[in-house]
Formats: sequence, structure tokens, C-alpha cells
Amino acid sequence: MYRILKKEMLAPKIKLIQVYAPEICTHARPGQFVILRMHEKGERIPLTIADSDRDTGLLTLVFQEVGKSTTELGMLSEGDSILDIVGPLGTARDIEKLDCVVCVAGGVGVAPMYPEAKAYHLLGTRVISLIGAQTKDMLIFKDRMEKVSDEVYYSTDDGSFGHKGFVTEILCKLLEDGLRPDEVIAIGPLPMMRAAARVTERFGVKTVVSLNAIMVDGTGMCGSCRVTVDGEVKFSCVEGPAFDGHKVDFDELIARQNRFLAEEKLALERYLAGVGGCKCHQK
Amino acid sequence: MPKQQPDVRSKNFQEVALGYTEELAVAEANRCIQCPKKPCVSGCPVGVDIPEFIDLIAKGDFLGAARKIKEKNSLPAMCGRVCPQETQCEAVCTLGKRGEPVAIGALERFCADYERMHGDPLSDAQRSDGSSGRVAVVGSGPAGLTCASELAKLGYKVVLFESLHDTGGVLRYGIPEFRLPKAIVDEEVEYIKSQGVEIRLNVLVGATVTVDELFQEGFDAIFLGTGAGLPYFLGIPGENLNGVYSANEFLTRVNLMKAYRFPDYDTPVWVGKRVAVVGGGNVAMDSARTALRLGAEKVTVVYRRSRAEMPARLEEIENAEEEGIEFYLLANPVRILSDDKGWVKGMECVRMELGEEDSSGRRRPVPVPGSEFILDVDTVISAVGTDPNPLLVRTIPGLDLGRRGNVIIDEETGMTNIPGVFAGGDIVTGSATVIAAMGAGKAAAHGIDKYISARNGRGM
Repeated sequence: MYRILKKEMLAPKIKLIQVYAPEICTHARPGQFVILRMHEKGERIPLTIADSDRDTGLLTLVFQEVGKSTTELGMLSEGDSILDIVGPLGTARDIEKLDCVVCVAGGVGVAPMYPEAKAYHLLGTRVISLIGAQTKDMLIFKDRMEKVSDEVYYSTDDGSFGHKGFVTEILCKLLEDGLRPDEVIAIGPLPMMRAAARVTERFGVKTVVSLNAIMVDGTGMCGSCRVTVDGEVKFSCVEGPAFDGHKVDFDELIARQNRFLAEEKLALERYLAGVGGCKCHQK
Repeated sequence: MPKQQPDVRSKNFQEVALGYTEELAVAEANRCIQCPKKPCVSGCPVGVDIPEFIDLIAKGDFLGAARKIKEKNSLPAMCGRVCPQETQCEAVCTLGKRGEPVAIGALERFCADYERMHGDPLSDAQRSDGSSGRVAVVGSGPAGLTCASELAKLGYKVVLFESLHDTGGVLRYGIPEFRLPKAIVDEEVEYIKSQGVEIRLNVLVGATVTVDELFQEGFDAIFLGTGAGLPYFLGIPGENLNGVYSANEFLTRVNLMKAYRFPDYDTPVWVGKRVAVVGGGNVAMDSARTALRLGAEKVTVVYRRSRAEMPARLEEIENAEEEGIEFYLLANPVRILSDDKGWVKGMECVRMELGEEDSSGRRRPVPVPGSEFILDVDTVISAVGTDPNPLLVRTIPGLDLGRRGNVIIDEETGMTNIPGVFAGGDIVTGSATVIAAMGAGKAAAHGIDKYISARNGRGM
């Protein structure tokens, strides 16, 4: 059992929780994830690690309420418990000092970007962060990212903060202006990562994306998370979640993300009907 | 043995085989002629004293019979259900030369079930005092459970690590409820716990804790029983379409995550109206019969050789046939066809014929040119086998691996090339049977005991 020691509302529907998980924190490296299961009837939910502190053993996870399970997770309060957490899973990113990296993060993807940006920053790499959200309210991890970045650019869909439009438009502009980072890292919704990879391909800039495929066990046993990379089938739980963005078959992956759409919708509706909808206002 | 009627059982997940009554068990036990050569015992990978336990059944001492089995086999309720007795103990039964062999598996199952209902299965568990040493067992499938149980009997403190949130390995995620009720897996795990084995779930050894760290923590030896959990895919176009599952994914969703009870349980599984299952082993039968129970209208097993070559147990093939599973034999998928939204809308297959014998001694299937045809399906389940799981073993530098990623061990001791690291079960052999993994777990336990005893100067 993992007790929730801290819970924060980062934005509407985006929440942060912290649990004590010393073994996971000792071994976690940037790019890795955990799988949690809230209770006996729960799904196994993969969540990329947003922060892990070896000294305190505190594991930070950030999630967006999308379906039934994440909505239910969002209902938990400090002091409540999560039944199972396993990790760290996935292949860690091999992070070494480079001259310059550009971190392109969208939505809840800013949270898993943070440990990578931090790792580069600590090595003395120049970190340029491009952070996108639907609206100003939906921007998360702003202070944290600013602390580990040399420059930060923002975009919102509605123009309520920073550039009005897509974060990848800023990326395109920077590259057109002559910026040539050693690497671009893109974490966010699949269409955003696909767009980022398309932009950088034009300029021949290496691009790493972190895929959030549907998983069950997360240890390479089921192949639910399979994705085609450079014509080869890879399991993103084990060989990923990070892959060369120029080689990922995004269209296939986007289609695969819809596999359980009808079931997910049913589960969420049934859940919301049962609990009487969002209880945020009661807190 | 009495079974649920096919038209009833194909709509529920309850156990198909209902087991013997006391009268049927005694009658069956009385068929054993107690022949002096006991070929059945040598046919059993763990050497259960078969004629002795059968004799106890004949005398009505069912609890005594159960205890007799457990002297050699700590998981009788499971073995009685899923062991391929027809190729082991029953295959060599003296009665089998002229007629039906004694139904040893069914009798074993009867004893274990009787004890569970009428006795105290935990009463004879000896709690290990842990004085012999400390051993980490990785993986709680049949190899790990048996190795842990055996080591506890030998006085070791055993910690059993499991990466999933529940014990049992393939017994839990792979074999369906209707063939092996999970309450039985729970019961067997309780037995091992009562022997003093500590179980740590949600620990992926190699990631949550490394093998080196386990040694530093004071474990004297480590047993790797991590199984063959890496699914193959077909390697044909369209295998990533929506509606294509590996059998592992399909069965894990249903068995481990209980998706058959969605939305009461949160994990979904989608199964269409017309399902093709590719493969001819037990996993293919399990997948096909599970798809049927989830409401598929038509389920077809597609296998590239003929019925005689199917690796599944005959009993399971017959069960599937009775339930209305169709078999398309001597056919092999070529590609899976997509609708305009990325979902399966058919599977193109080619007819096969049997050619020369291959290295496995079976006649090699060869495609018949121009015989392609399209199977009208919306779901494809690929049950064409699994490889040893590379996740842990690749974190152990210098560990000797075979061509398919299997761990290489000394046959006698079960030890790998790294002192103190042992292995057994599917991670060594590739995908095999529950009982073979149990046999390997047991052998390795004795190898571990010898190794630790010698190191501690206790000698042999």
C-alpha cells in the first residue's frame, strides 16, 4: 500500500500526487515510468515519473483525468492509499552532456519532461524549453521548468499565455532562425509529437519522443503497447517509451490508442453516474 | 470425469471439469492393479508415489492420499488439472497397454480438492525456521513456487519476488478460470506462505532491486524463474491493426485483470463477432474458448499442420470442439486486412500441405501456391508461442544465454555460469509445461541447498 502524502491540483483535471516509494526512487532514471493499480478491481495505469527523490524516497506522479481510472485516482485525497505501484519500468534515457537541447512539452507531458530537462541542466547542457497548453490555466510545472531551463517559450491554443497557436510553431520558428540543437525531446499528445518530429525532420535535427501506448503488464509480456519504429515492431514498455521520433509510425499508434474507446466511455459514464459527478467543489 | 454441458459452459467462466465424487474416485482407484514396477512414478517429473496415494484413496483415506502426494508435489490441485498426464504418468500406466490407463490426474485432483473442502490443507505445512540460509526466488509461477516451497522444507528463509500484483505467473495470467480456478492458485500460494515463504509483489527484480543488491542484502543464492513471457507475433502485414491481440494480452486482460467482469472490473477487453485464433497449442485452445465465453459468435482456430500435430492436449482440443470452436487446419495466415479505420476486417490465409519431416520430427507444412483465401473475421488472436522473458536476465552482466535468450544452466545443479545464480522453468527451456517447470524448480532447490551447504562448510 502506498499512502498519498501530498496531492496538488496543478490545473483543471491535472493533478500531482506524491507517495513514499524508496526502492523505486533509488533506481529511477529520467524517462522511466511506473504502473499503479488503485484497488483490487483497478486497471494497471502507466504513469511516467515526474520526479523521484533518492534521499527522501518520495515519488512524484502527475496525471490528467481522462477516463474512469484517472478520474477515480483524482478523487483520492492525502492519506488515501494506492494498492500497487511497480517500477521503475521502461528503458531510461541515456542522458549525457550536450551543447544544447530543446524540450518540447505539451499538456500533461510537461511533467515527464521535467526530470529529463533537469538531468540535462545539471550536466551543464543549454536547455531551451517550449511549453504548450490549451489555455493559461492548463500550464503546469512552470516554475520547475523555468528553474532547469536557460530559455522558456510558451504557447496556448487560445493565446491566453505566450504564443497563440501550437508549440511546434515556436519550434519551427527557432529552427528556421538557425537554432541547431543536438537534440529535440518531445513529450505530449501524439499529434503534437508527430508534428514536432515532422518539423525537425526538415532540419535534420535528432528528435526523441516518449510514447504513451496502452499497456497491461508493462514488462514486455503482452505486446499491447507495440509500435512500429523504422519498420520494426517494438514494445514501448520495455524498449521505450523513448524512441527516435523520425522513425515512429504515429498514424498507426494514434489508431491503436482508440482500441478501447467505447469501453472507456462506458466505464467513465457509469462511474460518474455512480459517484454523482465531480466532487472537486466539496473539497 | 463429469463436466459441465458444452452449451452451458461455453457461456460461463466456471470450471469445465467437475471432478470425481467419492464413489467415482474409489472406483477409479480400485482399477489400479498396484503393479510392482510402478512405471507411473518414473513417468512423473516430480516423482509422486502414485500407487501409494491411489491405494489410500481405495481405502477411503482421502486426506492421507493428499498428504502422500504433497510429500513430492506441493501443488497437487493445479497439477491434477493442467499436467499433461497422457504423455507422462498415464502414458506408461500398465493398464494403458490393453485399455484405459488409470485416471491418475483426475485422482490427484480429487485428493487435493477433497483436502481443500474437508481437511486443513495448511496443517501439514512445516514452517521453515530459516536457519539453513536465505534465498531469493524471482518469479512466482510454477517453477518459482515449487523452488520456494522445496527450499522452505529444507530450512531456508525464502523471499519470493513477483513483478505483477498477484502471484502464480502463467497460472494466474495465462490459464483461464474455467480450466484452473484462481481460488486454487490462491490456496496453493497460501500453503507456501504457511511454510514461511515471504512473498513480495510488485517487485521487478533487475529494476526495483538488482541481483547484485539482493546478494548485498545477504541472500546466499538467487533462483530465476521468470518464465517465457515474451510473445511472438505472426510477422505478417496487419498484425498491429486494432482487433489483433497476442494471446498473452488477451488472456492477461481476462484472467489477471478479470476483464470478463468489465465494467465491474476496470480493465476492458474487446472481442468481435468472428474471431480467428492462430496456433495449435493449449494457449490457442484457451484463447479460443475464452473468446467464445466473451460472446463471440464464431471462433475459428487456424493451425498450419493437421490435428494430429497439434501440440495442445487432446482433452483441451476435444473440449474446444464440443463447445463449438471450429478448426481450420492446414492453413496459415498471410496478412490481416484492415477496414478504413484501422480495424481488422479479415485474414488472408494460404492452405498448407505436409512435406518432409523437420528437425522436430513433425512433417513441415508448406504453402500450396495459389490457394489463398480470406477468412471473414474481425478479431485475430495470435497464439504462436513465447520466448524467454529478457527483462531480468539482460540486467545480469555476464550471464550465459542461449540462442533464443534462454538461460543456460548446469543440468544437474540448475546453476548458471554465475556462482549462486540458479534458474529453471521456461526461462531455461523455452515455453514448456507447468509440471516441467515445477520439476526444474525442485531440482534447482536441491542444487541451491548443495551449493549453500558446501559454501558454509556443512559438507554433504
